[in-house]
Amino acid sequence: MLKLILRRLVQMVLIMAVSSLLLFAIFDTPEFKKRLAVQELGGFAVSALTEESYKSWLAGRGLDVPFHQRYLNWVGNILSGDFGFSYEKNRPVGPLLADRLANTGILAFFVFALMIPLSLILGILAGMKEGSLQDRSISFISVFTTSIPEIASAILLTVIFALGLGWLPVKSAMIGGFSFRELVLPVLTLVIYDFGYVARMTRASMAEVMTSQYIRTAILKGLPYRRVVMRHALRNALIAPFTLIVLQLNWLLSGVVVVEVFFEYNGFGKLLLEAALFPDVEVVQACTLVAVAVAVLSQIISDIGYTFLNPRIRFA
Amino acid sequence: MSAEAAEQVPVLECRNLCISYYTRAGEIPAVVDFNLKLMPGEAHGIVGESGCGKSTVALAIMQYMGRNGAIVGGEILFEGRDMRQMSEEELRQIRGSRIAMVYQEPMASLNPSMTIGDQLAEVPIYHDGLSEREALARAEEMLAKVRLPDPKRILASYPHQISGGQQQRVVIAMALLSNPKLLLLDEPTTALDVTVEAGIVELINEIAEEFGTSMIYISHNLGLILETCDRLTVMYSGEAVEVGDIHDVFDEMRHPYTRGLFGSIPLPGADKNAHPLVAIPGQLPLPHERPRGCNFGPRCTFFRTGVCDAGPLPMHAVPGDADHRVRCERFEEIDWNRDLPKGEAKPPVEPGDVVLSVEDMTKHYLIEEGGLFVVGGSERVVKANEKLSFTAREAETVAIVGESGCGKSTFAKVLMGLEDATDGKVMLGNVELGGLPVQRRNAETISKLQMVFQNPFDTLNPSHSVGSQIARVIRKFGVASKDEEVEAIVHRLLDTVKLPRDFARRKPRQLSGGQKQRVGIARAFAGNPKVVIADEPVSALDVSVQAAVTELLMDIQRQNRTTMLFISHDLSVVRYLADRVVVMYLGRIMEQGTTEDIFAPPYHPYTEALLAAVPIADTRIEKRHIVLKGEIPSPTNPPKGCPFSTRCPYMMPGTCDAELPPLRDFGEGHRILCHLDPAELTAMEPVIKPKSEAAERL
Amino acid sequence: MAVTEIQSGPSLLDRLSRPKPVIALALLLWLPLTAYVMFGHRLGSGAQNVLLPAIPATVLLYVLGVRAFRESRVAVIGLTLVFFWLLMAVSAPYLPLMDPNKPIAPFTTPFTERGDLFFWLGTDFKGRDMLSRMIWGCQRVLVWGVTATMVAYVVGAMFGLISGYLAGWWDEIISFVANVLLSFPVMVLFIVILNYLGPSGFNIVVAVTFASAPAIMRIVRGLALDIKTRDYVYAAQTRGEHPLYIMIFELLPNVRGPIIVDACLRLGYTTVAITTLTFLGLGLQPPDPDWGLMIRESARTAMLWKFSYMLLVPALAVSSLILGFNLLADGLREMSLRD
Repeated sequence: MLKLILRRLVQMVLIMAVSSLLLFAIFDTPEFKKRLAVQELGGFAVSALTEESYKSWLAGRGLDVPFHQRYLNWVGNILSGDFGFSYEKNRPVGPLLADRLANTGILAFFVFALMIPLSLILGILAGMKEGSLQDRSISFISVFTTSIPEIASAILLTVIFALGLGWLPVKSAMIGGFSFRELVLPVLTLVIYDFGYVARMTRASMAEVMTSQYIRTAILKGLPYRRVVMRHALRNALIAPFTLIVLQLNWLLSGVVVVEVFFEYNGFGKLLLEAALFPDVEVVQACTLVAVAVAVLSQIISDIGYTFLNPRIRFA
Repeated sequence: MSAEAAEQVPVLECRNLCISYYTRAGEIPAVVDFNLKLMPGEAHGIVGESGCGKSTVALAIMQYMGRNGAIVGGEILFEGRDMRQMSEEELRQIRGSRIAMVYQEPMASLNPSMTIGDQLAEVPIYHDGLSEREALARAEEMLAKVRLPDPKRILASYPHQISGGQQQRVVIAMALLSNPKLLLLDEPTTALDVTVEAGIVELINEIAEEFGTSMIYISHNLGLILETCDRLTVMYSGEAVEVGDIHDVFDEMRHPYTRGLFGSIPLPGADKNAHPLVAIPGQLPLPHERPRGCNFGPRCTFFRTGVCDAGPLPMHAVPGDADHRVRCERFEEIDWNRDLPKGEAKPPVEPGDVVLSVEDMTKHYLIEEGGLFVVGGSERVVKANEKLSFTAREAETVAIVGESGCGKSTFAKVLMGLEDATDGKVMLGNVELGGLPVQRRNAETISKLQMVFQNPFDTLNPSHSVGSQIARVIRKFGVASKDEEVEAIVHRLLDTVKLPRDFARRKPRQLSGGQKQRVGIARAFAGNPKVVIADEPVSALDVSVQAAVTELLMDIQRQNRTTMLFISHDLSVVRYLADRVVVMYLGRIMEQGTTEDIFAPPYHPYTEALLAAVPIADTRIEKRHIVLKGEIPSPTNPPKGCPFSTRCPYMMPGTCDAELPPLRDFGEGHRILCHLDPAELTAMEPVIKPKSEAAERL
Repeated sequence: MAVTEIQSGPSLLDRLSRPKPVIALALLLWLPLTAYVMFGHRLGSGAQNVLLPAIPATVLLYVLGVRAFRESRVAVIGLTLVFFWLLMAVSAPYLPLMDPNKPIAPFTTPFTERGDLFFWLGTDFKGRDMLSRMIWGCQRVLVWGVTATMVAYVVGAMFGLISGYLAGWWDEIISFVANVLLSFPVMVLFIVILNYLGPSGFNIVVAVTFASAPAIMRIVRGLALDIKTRDYVYAAQTRGEHPLYIMIFELLPNVRGPIIVDACLRLGYTTVAITTLTFLGLGLQPPDPDWGLMIRESARTAMLWKFSYMLLVPALAVSSLILGFNLLADGLREMSLRD
């Protein structure tokens, strides 16, 4: 058990190292250096620079040392909390990213708080009686909702609740401070797209467990149906959805970009996209690294959780 | 049956029971017109091949038909009350307390994420209202009764932490916890090794005596039924075809199918030359393609148009014995003594020169214990094969016998060149194979050594036609390369394995298990091999098909003078077809010799136990009773000294568990690896002998 | 495409339902459409003629599909949705539509007449006909989506087979690379790659490959690990077949079934991804019509109840296509479980 966690941690460090190296390498072309110069000095000043003075600018920025040294410096800076500077927002990346992550965290919290109970309950209800009307209607709803991409459901919800009925604000920029009303549409959009997938997987897992031989044993032991479902089936059926929900964080980080951009919600995803379009290289790098770290961490949590929930592995 | 018993209410009575499954193709009758009467304390066997409906009957008795099954007619009376009229709650109270069931796969039948204690305690808690503490105490008691060592530890374990044999004992304990009136056993030992099976059978017989429980024992194995039951129902294709007292059915069978079944299983006395098996022709009909009238009609030698295919057949009582009933219209016309099926005797084949010789062949695996990537891992040696030595001659059949973990599949892999031998030599003719992986063997060497695989559903690639799979072998081995030539050879091979030529165009899923296995044989013989390794080639097939495939394999071998290495766990088959036998246990050869030597004393203690464990479907045979204790040790962690020392009834502490035994030679290649004195080995009594007259009268 | 073999009465449709004719028909549909969308501007004025053979091929494939999947209503509905858009894609130049790029009358609401023209779905902020833009808009997302998914499948399946069958160091390395790629959230990976390569259809193919191939590789690897323990693979090994032969002829045909279901789902994801990326400004570029682009442009200009049709039309169009893919996948899975 401990060995497994250790193994996972080593793997995580390796993955982080490789992805940071990749991330650093692709933004380390002369082109991007030039763009950096333009951002710092202004386009006109750069075009007026001689070869010599450009080189001395590079030296001043520490961009002329060998690749591996620059990479190590960069990693060192990040580990000491210095994520660089955003030219677009004119702020250090660290605090900027922290603000935006907090906003996305609020969004994610509400999404999970709604999605987990909804998808698990629906999935279990559907899987309990495979092929019944209850199962088919839940399955159809979940296929239907997962077929509406975030961008489409964002539009539908906005058109109905904001433009049509006028109950909710169109945008969620939170200019006048934090407001729950502005959070409703982004959260709903993400929940609608995500819950169907988890519900379907929960259904599949539950349906498989319900047809297993040990459930037959439990029923033929003369246990009440409630006990069969609650004690024998749920425990086994929820192992797979649990790991899935944790991994869903990775999906959420994808979905969050669209939703935040559409609703102009100032979160992590919107920051990443704006930085990419600007291009604000150090912000892109920082955002991506954070996203990878979150993803890898959730992977580890899901692995450990799986091991913990599954006695076949826990006591192997 | 005594007069007293006749007045008792039967524990269970099925009257005209009909069960159907509903599929896309419509209603498919799974069981038709099934009758059964089970008296208190009686053990009733139901025997039949796959798809005959025997397990369906058991689940119907439990009123558990799944989503697409339903009982469509008849009654199931439990202690006189019709279970079909009971409410869900009444059924629940009966299930697990009055009627309990033991299943085929113990591992799958236990909940993987609950401790065994919790799973056992549920029964008394819900049926007898005990508190959890009392329930656990009773569970512990019951685990001791089914003779599980250290019940406390097992209560706290999860199912995957104990072995298959122990799991089945747990399931049996679970079934006995509330002292049921009726115990349903659905192939309870099929998933277990023979020596472990023997222990479970012994336990079941003791239960019957101690608790007086009535039992229904479902099996495909006639020998097991003989060892456990008083009465027997033979089922074929959804119908009971013969019912009666076990001795009546075994010795005076009155249904052609029953007799065909006995003719196709290798009983002691059968011999591949003098008394070959007689296969039942044809194959089982699919449930929706059953013929009109007698389901066995198309395969029956006594079939008569107008009589047997007129319509649904009733059961007839055999004159003079109201309890013995058969579903055959012509059973009184058949001369049961004269019309015995008899195989054609064949002249014995003289073996030629040595073709394959194995000398001190050793295969060790290194298992890396999970460390962090490269660092910190420790290595462990698994001795899969340890100093194997034997020879096989031309046209000879050498059987390699052993249970799981004995190393027979590793040996096959080394021979086929998928693994390198760690040490020793394997000579095929004058080519050394042990260190020659298949990639470096030339086409000739490869084609000389071919294999027939165990699982018919795996042996052919489902994506390619039968013909193209055989053709690939022909081209690969350079037998022929022109299209017409290859096609001609494919057709000739299909003729040899007695399949129609147009099967060449079929996909494997259009073939039955036996037909696939025939194609597998055709493929193995496509390159005119010298040696064929047959890895349990018929063990996954239905009994009535097994004989035909076995006979076919041996006919081809006889014609081509091929050497066959027949890997098996089934000593009855081995006795029937092998010339010489090699007995393996945990990677070592424990005993080898001619078939007669192996089946007669002196025995290795393991061989002795193995012989005693194999159930034999013959009432005239008497077997010594030897049940090994414990389970087969894991090959990753074998015992010190003699590998068999942990289970051996003759174990001499200090000797057997310390040093490797010496190899004792009894002449003519009969060698035994044992510490026991040769005189002591020779003095052993035969395990199987004809029943004495005195015993029969008792 | 899964094709059932029917034994009795080899009618023309039955004979066409065999693998080879189906593949031929699919190519007849696919190659012209791809050529038209990717290289249409180089083909000159007669470009639309390449689409002519694709129209009957589409109809015929649809008929064959409905016959093959008739047991599953869900699959037939999915198939119908997908083929509706495929038919629109191949026949768009021949339909009596207005030029999708020509500004006529800005902000015309649906079902109104302007001059002698009737606008079923209205016009956008530039005055371009919405109906025409919606129908033309499916071309690019279909072509790039399917191409990207196919490339991702070829790459993913190849590595999956190698990793699963050869195991050992191959597996370690391939699995590690896949793990690295899988730890990037998909959209983040898209943004980084497209930011680096620049937005274009071909770069979307690259990005989708990087994002999807690792997941596909994992699925194929799992299947290969299972199949390689089968006796027929063992048989091929013992007759000395080359690993490459075993991977291609023994393993690949048998991983096909489960993969087709996954491919339908993944086509849905890819469609979502392309539309979303285009909406974010990282995907396909103006002026040619595309659903993501329509949403992008309208979201800036038409955030009013009166003009919500400008957002709803492309949103519903893309949802219907994805629903088609998902229902098809569901139906196929249901059918594969039944057999």
